[in-house]
Amino acid sequence: MDKKIVATTSLAGCFGCHMSVLDIDERILDLIELVEFNKSPIDDIKTFTKHCDIGIVEGGCATSENVHVLKEFRKNCSTLIALGECAIMGGLPALRNNIPITECLEEAYLNGLTTKDNNPDRILPNDEEIPMMLDRVYPIRELVKVDFFLPGCPPTADLIWNALTALILGKEMDLPYEVIRYD
Amino acid sequence: MKSIVQNVLEKYNSDATRLMDILIDVQEDQGYLPPPVLAEIAETLDISEVDVLQTVSFYHFFSTEPRGKYSVYLNDSVVAEMMGRAKIAEAFEREAGCKFGEVTEDELIGLFDTPCIGMNDQEPAAIINGVIFTELTAFRVKEIVNGMRAGLSVEELRAQSLGDGMNASESLHSTVDNNIHKTGAVIFSDYDPGEALAAISKESLSPEQVIERVKASGVRGRGGAGFPTALKWEFCRKAKGEKHYVFCNADEGEPGTFKDRVILTERPNLVLDGMTVAGYAIGATEGILYLRYEYRYLRDYLEKILADMRAAGQLGKNAGDIKGFDFDIRLQFGAGAYVCGEESALIESAEGKRGEPRDRPPFPVEKGFLGMPTIVNNVETLCQAAKVVVKGADWYRTLGTSQSTGTKVLSVSGDCKFPGVYEIEWGFSVNDILNMVGAETGEVQAVQVGGPSGSCIASNEFSRILSYEDLATGGSLIIIGERHDLLKVVVYNFIDFFAKESCGSCSTCRALTMMYRKTLEKILAGHGKRSDVQAMLDWVPIALASRCGLGHTAPNPIVSTIKNFRHLYEGRIVNADETFESSFDLETSVAEANRTVGRKL
Ligand SMILES: Cc1cc2nc3c(=O)[nH]c(=O)nc-3n(C[C@H](O)[C@H](O)[C@H](O)COP(=O)(O)O)c2cc1C
Ligand code: SF4
Ligand code: SF4
Repeated sequence: MDKKIVATTSLAGCFGCHMSVLDIDERILDLIELVEFNKSPIDDIKTFTKHCDIGIVEGGCATSENVHVLKEFRKNCSTLIALGECAIMGGLPALRNNIPITECLEEAYLNGLTTKDNNPDRILPNDEEIPMMLDRVYPIRELVKVDFFLPGCPPTADLIWNALTALILGKEMDLPYEVIRYD
Repeated sequence: MKSIVQNVLEKYNSDATRLMDILIDVQEDQGYLPPPVLAEIAETLDISEVDVLQTVSFYHFFSTEPRGKYSVYLNDSVVAEMMGRAKIAEAFEREAGCKFGEVTEDELIGLFDTPCIGMNDQEPAAIINGVIFTELTAFRVKEIVNGMRAGLSVEELRAQSLGDGMNASESLHSTVDNNIHKTGAVIFSDYDPGEALAAISKESLSPEQVIERVKASGVRGRGGAGFPTALKWEFCRKAKGEKHYVFCNADEGEPGTFKDRVILTERPNLVLDGMTVAGYAIGATEGILYLRYEYRYLRDYLEKILADMRAAGQLGKNAGDIKGFDFDIRLQFGAGAYVCGEESALIESAEGKRGEPRDRPPFPVEKGFLGMPTIVNNVETLCQAAKVVVKGADWYRTLGTSQSTGTKVLSVSGDCKFPGVYEIEWGFSVNDILNMVGAETGEVQAVQVGGPSGSCIASNEFSRILSYEDLATGGSLIIIGERHDLLKVVVYNFIDFFAKESCGSCSTCRALTMMYRKTLEKILAGHGKRSDVQAMLDWVPIALASRCGLGHTAPNPIVSTIKNFRHLYEGRIVNADETFESSFDLETSVAEANRTVGRKL
């Protein structure tokens, strides 16, 4: 069997979901037998070098760069998975969604405890190299079609393992209660 | 001198289960519920302040901030929209000088939206300080606002001829119209106050015999669900409890329904005797008539009738001359929440709490009001049952069809010549009704049967028969002419209503109502995809996991129009690309941040 090609990325996430992928422990050796990683922080490949079978996205979209990467993923991956709360609903970063972005920026760079005395020129970062901030944090399904959602913060290693292997081997997903409960 | 708050608390014996009455009385006196007053109420009732606040925050007529010396609540239901609400709202904003949701700077006038107030046959209509204003025009709005500036009382502002029937009576004195266009054999026929009780005492009917007679008649609930009435009474009679309670459900919150208002106006004794008969049948001593706050204007009228009934011995000790049967009735008002029409929410509300539906079982017939066996029946159901007791089951079964006996009172509104109330026997088709009410069948696009929680049908189903066996309905028919944009005007209004009225207890109902609304918005904005339409159908089983009927039926406006008017959805799908969402626009979403930091795209 040809190895499936997998890409992963973290947008507005904390990398916790990626840590959870690594939490499959020794099963990572089995995984390596089944898949080849392409663009991913796991192997540090920065750009897509071929079309992928599966794209795994952690985090929602908070910046123009997130949007760009997400669209690249959608274009280059046949199946797209939203991994974890942030990708599915926006998660913690989306707590800012009820506060206008201007207020957020001012709090972060002008009025916050650690910045207010240290930013005498009252500079708001606007270098062209920096991604632009979106008005709110978007769950990824508000931008692109998502094929599967794996919930959790982070989703458990077993959930990721079960879902991935099912997808790769073309089986039904085995998602017993223990794997998707959060209490 | 005691404070008004203390007086009110005393009136209700500082009983925390009467919190609704306490809050309503205080708010009517003060115009709103200032936080220090809530603290005082909490302290006297010996409950925590948040307990008071959580009840206050649940009901949209309660406010902890001033809502103006004159608070205008303008109906924003779909029929109001169809009858020109937008122009009236504009006129109010222009004349008053503030927007809806705001109070003028001098705190004279507050303008607020409110869902269907049960006046669909005389829209646009508003409630101002508890008084109903119907058939508003921009000219009238100007007069009214000028009157407010001149300090006129609400009664003076009204300056309109009184309504028909009992609306013109001294204790009601309202400009509301009944618009009864068809009377039938059961409800709008002759009835002498006390007749049902007299039948019981004359024939010496035992409670079991009353239940038997109602059972033989085949009466089923008229509140929507169609549960056999006698069965409910029997369950309750058999349930153990120190006391049993009868509730009459006059919450009538389903947009498009207003027949209970007319029945309460024209046949109040039939309703109240129906409660008494039910009380006798289940072994209750107390009945509670729960009315939506929108019907507050009926209070003095109904209180007077209750007083007359007590004087005539129809209530009180040995009520209706039935030995050993003590029974009395009191009124209970809500404060603006559709979900309170759901029977367990209604009971919670009557106990002074948030109107959140309970988990069932146990059903109210076992554990209802204050944990005691309780029946909740619709206004019309109780009338039907009372008439059965007077005239017998055999007579009753001659009316209607074999499965659906008796008559049904319909509330008809929308695009027709004669909106109003019609009492018909079960068994007429939708087409018959359209002819009856003067709707040009060729010009009818759709009929919404049973309100937003019912279904929206197209002409291919107009031959269906109103009955429990075919097209069951709580009685509301909204006729929607060809000229309206069905999705934008009607369906959106309905799903928005559910999103606002969801009590929020179940995540399924809380989230799905929002998701339905958002998805419809997306489709209306031209960003919809075929998969969005499919998704809305796929969500139905999830909605059915909710606790109460609101969550179960909230998808109906969308699901029934996808089924019956699919072309309207498909016609709006312009985004053929299923993989990318056209609703997201990078330029728009970075605009504000870029402006703030001083950066060009
Ligand atoms: C959200 C919701 C709102 C309801 N509103 C009303 C109402 O306004 N009036 C009513 O009689 N029943 C209403 N019902 C139905 C009641 O729960 C209950 O079934 C009914 O009052 C029983 O009376 P019946 O058997 O006489 O029909 C509502 C149900 C739900 C779920
Ligand atoms: S879902 Fe949780 S673990 Fe995953 S990126 Fe978000 S915050 Fe981190
Ligand atoms: S279904 Fe909706 S209205 Fe009913 S209890 Fe649940 S959240 Fe409340």
